[in-house]
Amino acid sequence: MDLSLMDINWRVILPEITLAVFGFVLLLLEAFLPKDKKRITGHIAWIGIVLSFLFCLNLYGTQLSSFKGMALSDNFAIFFSFLFLISSFFVILQSLSFLKREEQVRGDYYALILFATLGMILMASTLDLVVIFLGLEIVSISLYILSGFRKKDLKSNEASLKFFLMGAFATGFLVYGIALIYGSLGTTNLEKIFILIPLTETTLPGKDFLLYAGIGLLIVGFGFKIASVPFHMWMPDVFEGAPAPIAAFISAGPKSAGFAALLRIFLLAFSSFKPDWILIFWILSVLSMTTGNLLALWQTNLKRLLAYSSIAHVGYILIAFVAGGNSAISGVLFYLSIYILMNLGAFAIIISMGSKDREGTDLFKEYAGAGLKNPFLGVFMAIFMLSLSGFPPTAGFLAKFYIFSSAVKSGYLGLVIIAVINSMISVYYYLRVIVYMFMKPAEEDIKPVSIPFSLGLVILVTGIGILAFGILPQPLLDLAYNSIF
Amino acid sequence: MIDNIWLVPLLPLLGFLINGIFGRKLGKNLVSWIGCGSVGLSFLISVKVFFELLSLPAEQRIFEKIVFPWIYSGFFKVNISFLLDPLSGVMLLVVTGVGFLIHVYSVGYMYEDNGFSRFFSFLNLFIFSMLMLVLANNFLLLYLGWEAVGLCSYLLIGFWYEKKSASDAAKKAFIVNRIGDFGFALGVMLIFWTFGGLNYTEVFQQAPSILVAGGGLVTAITLLLFMGAVGKSAQIPLYVWLPDAMEGPTPVSALIHAATMVTAGVYMMARCHILYELAPFTLGLVAVIGAVTAIYTASIAMVQNDIKRVLAYSTISQLGYMFLGCGVGAFAAGIFHLMTHAFFKALLFLGAGSVMHALSGELNMQKMGGLKGKIPVTFWTVFAAVLAISGIPLFSGFFSKDEILWKAFSQGNLLLWLIGVICAGMTAFYMFRLLFLTFFGKSRVDESIKSHIHESPKIMTVPLMILAILSVLGGYVGIPKSLGGGNNFEHFLSSVFGEKEMIIHHSAFTEYIVMIISIGVALAGIFFAYRFYISKPELPKSLAEKYNFPYRVLLNKYYVDEFYFKIIVNPLLKFATFLWQFIDIRIIDGTANGLAGMVNWFGGIGRKIQTGYVRNYALGMVLGVILVLAYFILK
Repeated sequence: MDLSLMDINWRVILPEITLAVFGFVLLLLEAFLPKDKKRITGHIAWIGIVLSFLFCLNLYGTQLSSFKGMALSDNFAIFFSFLFLISSFFVILQSLSFLKREEQVRGDYYALILFATLGMILMASTLDLVVIFLGLEIVSISLYILSGFRKKDLKSNEASLKFFLMGAFATGFLVYGIALIYGSLGTTNLEKIFILIPLTETTLPGKDFLLYAGIGLLIVGFGFKIASVPFHMWMPDVFEGAPAPIAAFISAGPKSAGFAALLRIFLLAFSSFKPDWILIFWILSVLSMTTGNLLALWQTNLKRLLAYSSIAHVGYILIAFVAGGNSAISGVLFYLSIYILMNLGAFAIIISMGSKDREGTDLFKEYAGAGLKNPFLGVFMAIFMLSLSGFPPTAGFLAKFYIFSSAVKSGYLGLVIIAVINSMISVYYYLRVIVYMFMKPAEEDIKPVSIPFSLGLVILVTGIGILAFGILPQPLLDLAYNSIF
Repeated sequence: MIDNIWLVPLLPLLGFLINGIFGRKLGKNLVSWIGCGSVGLSFLISVKVFFELLSLPAEQRIFEKIVFPWIYSGFFKVNISFLLDPLSGVMLLVVTGVGFLIHVYSVGYMYEDNGFSRFFSFLNLFIFSMLMLVLANNFLLLYLGWEAVGLCSYLLIGFWYEKKSASDAAKKAFIVNRIGDFGFALGVMLIFWTFGGLNYTEVFQQAPSILVAGGGLVTAITLLLFMGAVGKSAQIPLYVWLPDAMEGPTPVSALIHAATMVTAGVYMMARCHILYELAPFTLGLVAVIGAVTAIYTASIAMVQNDIKRVLAYSTISQLGYMFLGCGVGAFAAGIFHLMTHAFFKALLFLGAGSVMHALSGELNMQKMGGLKGKIPVTFWTVFAAVLAISGIPLFSGFFSKDEILWKAFSQGNLLLWLIGVICAGMTAFYMFRLLFLTFFGKSRVDESIKSHIHESPKIMTVPLMILAILSVLGGYVGIPKSLGGGNNFEHFLSSVFGEKEMIIHHSAFTEYIVMIISIGVALAGIFFAYRFYISKPELPKSLAEKYNFPYRVLLNKYYVDEFYFKIIVNPLLKFATFLWQFIDIRIIDGTANGLAGMVNWFGGIGRKIQTGYVRNYALGMVLGVILVLAYFILK
């Protein structure tokens, strides 16, 4: 093919290129820097994120496309890139002090975070199933390694291996699904699929089953990535075993990337099939929120609790797929933004509360009385928990409200009632964290923990963000509404 | 500057946040600089803005600033946005100006208190809430300020919460206010239901065409809003919280009684004057309640011995005047009196605080006396305020009170006018009684305190002096035409209230006569006070013995608190106990606990599926795949 005929606009993939370059630089630095100098790798990593963010900012509103639609910069893509970059930024800030405490300051750790971020951006800024798959694999493989980063810890190893085995299994379904769709329609471009589908009814008889099977396998593959029941089982184990910043990372960026792809695939490409797949999403949603919430009730480990809570939240977000329409899509964008803030904030507090010898236990009883000793952590943990359970005036309430109201408008009242009951159940275990922090006497004489600057910053910014968007949601809501594909 | 009007409420909010979060670490000096500085800066900006407003031609003196969209839900749209016109301009100056002086005074007054930073953060929040209330350009933001002011009063009245009387008073203030707010909230909802929006411009412009003058709807709206005003501005029957509110530190009383909170009701009615003018029935009720409250509480004030209690009842009585003014349609006069009252009442409370400061916290006037020479600055400034509130010519209260009385008289409400005049005499009596008992005569101070009576420090006396100047001169912005002035104040507000061409039934001569009558009554009040407490100090005692029953009724404030307790509070408590013991514990808690147990049980079953073996995880996934594919095949 003649290169000059190819549709290439480097500007569109500048954010990705930046991340890749910084990632490789970090790998080299890891190899050649003396051990006492490696502290700078973390700072280089967040500078790379900021730079990439600026390139994204520059792209907002441009609607460019490059590589024949394989990379594009519509507002939807940029909105998600913002989410990924912001969450990675916070994760890097969390890791700065975490790695120092673990005496594991290493460049490859940060490089993997940057590569994973790159993969997520790829997933959101394309209209092609193959590129989505490519991005998804970059993310997954980085995360497999990162989950096992604490090499000498058995639980970390277990997490990594389980994640890898299950992930590989799920990826198989996903590729097979894409192959089936290509087989029946002859394209992997989502826009072309959207155009072709009305024709299949008449011109391609007999191929319907292949197409349906493909769609079903896509649901399975992505169901695994976003951890919806019954494809969720890896998540609690990975959360418990992985280093805390990585667990935070998994719950924020990659999950959102999965939703970005799902939104494009199901609410754009296969939107005309909606009557066919809507029931599956309805069931997945109910299963996810109910299972997540019921199992969360029994947890004694805070990280596992957040894993189940995360599964429940996936259930709430899936409601938007059933509801459909622009207000549901913008509701998802709003929800993910808020969810990222509250989850990263909660994990930052977990990291603050941990110590080298106690890493990985994170039991409730270790938090008894901690809120009184550390009022800063206690108050913000209360904010995050209230927001996760959906109390006004936190943003968590509005996030739920927008999705639920879009479902009511579309006539899915029953689903919303189930979701509200689930929300009520969830209040119990979220409040239990607050009860432990403030109302249970400390088991032993605990000292106030000292909070490193970078962690304190994450807690402060996310906490204030949750309150600010809870009171003044309009700017973010407008941004989300303008970012629908 | 006018475009940056949002800075005015923002600065006290920042002060609140900084002092509230970091206050304990900042040290008292920094806390007081932040607390006073934020309000002081707001005041300076308000002055600048005010003069910019003045420099515009009269018909352009209205300015709206949308800061950001607040709630957009369907066709319901509310912004955080501010309205600046002569009315809110005046209120802005009063709130920030008087508020600032009270802040400065508090630095001295509260310096020894452990809760110093908490106190200043609450004061800042109070000013912020009041500014939001005054600057709002829609009813929802007004309501926000309205409620926030109530919250702040709760926090500050109960500032010394270890004292049971203080926390009780705080609860009383909050609950009584909530009763009024209930009506107010219904009023706001009714406005939304009627007009489909909550913006002032939108509502007031449509009001004459949508509402029938004197009709049921507008009467209902105005009555409901009035219910809120009755609570906030402490009128009959919801006035009971205000006398107890003095349980808070004295600067708080000054703030509540003068610059913030109680003036909210008057401001709200003035702001909604278009609605009220459409509802003559409500206006009549406002005037009657105002007049009755004025004379009723003045009678209580005449026999109280607690210096702050006298002032508290006097505030209610003066607010009654303002309501009377609004009720007879003289909104400008009501706001005028609001302003002058803010000056002299703040001064009186701060002066009383200074007296307490000198006497180690003594409140009983029977244990004072002869302080004139010992705390001269306090004496002279309080004296100025007493002259102003008593309506002595050339002092500010004279002009504003007379304006209201004249408006009542000239509109033919002779009975209301008469009540007002008698009440003016009573006011002069109890204020001079306060002055004489405190500063004149023989000292009745306890021997133990006598030796260290001292004048307050500069930081407290300078605000007193400034307020004294304002109390003396504040009335000159509104000298009536008959006395050769231009009534500039009313003229200035006319772009809000409209230039009402008074039908002149009465000549200037009548106005002089009316004026002279009220001066005469005031002088009579002073004469009686002089006779009772200076020349023949044994007289009050013998009178009290002779007319024992009416005296006891007045001293016990007509037993209204006791009455409310018997008729309302106790039956409610009994009912609540029943609800708690039976409905709540047995039925609701029982159901909830049962459900929770059930949910937990299901969770326990679900937990068994999560075995931890990868092969089981994979099995779960495969089952999922089979179900999904089966669905597509079989459908």
